[in-house]
Amino acid sequence: MRNIVNKIIKKYKNDKTRLMDILIDTQSEIGFIPDEAVEEIAQILNLSKVDVVQTLTFYHFFSQKPIGEYAVYLNNSVVANMMGRVEVAKAFEEEVGCGFDNVSEDGKIGLYNTACIGMSDQEPAAIINGTVFTKLTPNKVKDIVADMRAGKNVKEMFDNYGDSENNSELIKSMVTNNIMKRGEVLFSDYEHGSALKKVITMTPEEVIEEIKDSYLRGRGGAGFPTGLKWDFCRQSEGEIRYVMCNADEGEPGTFKERVILTEFPKLLFEGMAIAGYALDAKEGVLYLRSEYTYLKNYLENIIQELRETNQLGENIAGKEGFNFDIRIQFGAGAYVCGEESALIESAEGKRGEPRNRPPFPVQKGYMQQPTVVNNVETLCNVVKIMLNGADWYTMMGTRESSGTKLISVSGDCKYPGVYEVEWGLRIRDMLEMVGAEDIQAVQVGGPSGSCIGKRSFKRTICYEDFPTGGSMMVIGNKRNLLNDVVKNFMEFFIEESCGSCVPCRALTVILKNKLEKILYGNGVTNDLAELEKWCNMMKESNRCGLGQTAANPILTSLKNFREKYEELINKDIEFDSGFDLSAAVAESCEAVDRIPNL
Amino acid sequence: MSKPIIATTSLAGCFGCHMSLLDIDERILELIELVEFNKSPIDDIKEFTKQCDIGLIEGGCCNSENVHVLKDFRKNCKILISFGECALMGGLPAFRNGIPIKECLDEAYLNGPTVVNSNPDKILPNDDEIPMMLDKVYPCHEVVKIDYFLPGCPPRADLIWDALVAILTGNELKLPYEVVKFD
Repeated sequence: MRNIVNKIIKKYKNDKTRLMDILIDTQSEIGFIPDEAVEEIAQILNLSKVDVVQTLTFYHFFSQKPIGEYAVYLNNSVVANMMGRVEVAKAFEEEVGCGFDNVSEDGKIGLYNTACIGMSDQEPAAIINGTVFTKLTPNKVKDIVADMRAGKNVKEMFDNYGDSENNSELIKSMVTNNIMKRGEVLFSDYEHGSALKKVITMTPEEVIEEIKDSYLRGRGGAGFPTGLKWDFCRQSEGEIRYVMCNADEGEPGTFKERVILTEFPKLLFEGMAIAGYALDAKEGVLYLRSEYTYLKNYLENIIQELRETNQLGENIAGKEGFNFDIRIQFGAGAYVCGEESALIESAEGKRGEPRNRPPFPVQKGYMQQPTVVNNVETLCNVVKIMLNGADWYTMMGTRESSGTKLISVSGDCKYPGVYEVEWGLRIRDMLEMVGAEDIQAVQVGGPSGSCIGKRSFKRTICYEDFPTGGSMMVIGNKRNLLNDVVKNFMEFFIEESCGSCVPCRALTVILKNKLEKILYGNGVTNDLAELEKWCNMMKESNRCGLGQTAANPILTSLKNFREKYEELINKDIEFDSGFDLSAAVAESCEAVDRIPNL
Repeated sequence: MSKPIIATTSLAGCFGCHMSLLDIDERILELIELVEFNKSPIDDIKEFTKQCDIGLIEGGCCNSENVHVLKDFRKNCKILISFGECALMGGLPAFRNGIPIKECLDEAYLNGPTVVNSNPDKILPNDDEIPMMLDKVYPCHEVVKIDYFLPGCPPRADLIWDALVAILTGNELKLPYEVVKFD
């Protein structure tokens, strides 16, 4: 084992900032990360053992004990549950013979829950040994488990490949793209490399001006003006600058980047190269979520192809001194790494905990150097803006939101998938387009966004009215909104909090307990006031966007669906702690073999 | 006007908060001039004999008896005050929260270094007379409504004194930062 670990570390040149890669490779080679491997890594990298352990325990897909020859990670997001995850999970348990978070007795199959894997348009879905299985049913589960028992390679368990590039030699996945609407910007045809050719005839300052003129805003959700970000970075002093692309789309219900990375990876890499040119950066890092590992070979192959055709590497497109290259940094399962400073920490081989600001990443980012972190969609927009001009771009959308937006649509609708729409579209029109009928609520922008009802459907999708990072989950009337949706979202945030800020670590749990108290019929009027007060506290007292928005599922549903809470409230009594003595003594009475006398 | 009546109890606590109450020194004489004690370890009255104005609760709830006593206090006192870390948050006893109760019992009666060979019949106490343990230690406000909270481990004697005086005189109690900070 020592040899394996040594070889891996050597591959990354004993560089401790590549700890993530070292751990990813160790996990994949050995199947888990044993204590001896940790010691070896720590010793060679000159880190303390605790440094290694704290990184390794932070990420969902690292394990300190064997996870089974086949590790099944079944998504437990809201949409997965809507589409029949419960039956699928039960089928797995019955067929494998163990519960979740366990490995079968023979050590062959492990079952695990995992947060949204970016397949909300084809749920229930699971990742088994890095391969994605979509649209699972109890019957399919039977076949999969039989194949696992027979020792089949996961890649050989199916031959129903998805459309277009999903069917290409280096992907061969059953995932489908589901591009439902092509707009003018992202999903339109263009000649790859043409924007880059135009860009190198301009000065970097002119490029930044053009992006500023386009009013392009960051598509990850926060909406910061991209040109301004680039300008700040270019003006910051540093030895070297970095371009990072945030492809850690972990917001449940979002999967647009999956589609871009599958169908238009060259568009993205061209965008990164343009950013590299504008910022005079030599290195680009694509931070890609672990769930999309099935695209690894395909993307690496494309990067290699771009190097060979002189679109990456040295003297790009014949421009003397324009050197830029890209590497892919994989995550290992942590939603919070979608926050830009947490992403940087993670790419440096550490726990994905958001940093304090200032300094901002544009001042001191990756390796303490000026860094621009842009979303996948943002960088793709850059290419088309440079090609067609800022004027062309600002013709689309609204005054403060130019261009188009990709929206991932899932849930109770006829046509789930990715839609490229102009900013300014009414939510009502969007819902009609996706074939949503009998709607109870729509979750816009994932759990950290808003849960809205009919009253808000007249609002428009744009920064000045209803901004979104790009997802819409339709929740039909047959769903139990508070139990199936809001509670699931709270569990998600509890799981994904990095634990650094006390309110985010503790209050998320307290809020969920309070919600459960109400759901179990022990709620009183004062509970709603307390919920509201505590939710608002979260906004003010956490360091990063995750913590600040972690109470949004309750806060926005309380605002827009207050009657659903009030229905459950007992208005006749002033106080009810919800404490149940018989439930509280059950465990101890069973342990000592006695009948409770209450 | 008759004297206000106070009751006190120690649930899953160490009696340290009661010690702190005694730490008001000679003011205890002043206190018994001002108030009358009912059910309390201070005067050893075991059961409520009348309705009380203030109930002081030390300790959280770790077993069924704690719950009964606490509910009895809620019934018999107009105002309930949680005083001390254990009543407010569970305190040291709550360290067992998160460990399955079977593991706790096995450690205490079967496997712990001091008991390992002294319980040959491997008996876990289960007599009907013994209170039943709860699955975890609960702070008081998770069982009944608590009106006021006095932080500290234990709350300083002056704080207890000031709190009682504030309630009896109807004035607001000032809780300076140093008595509520925990980190």
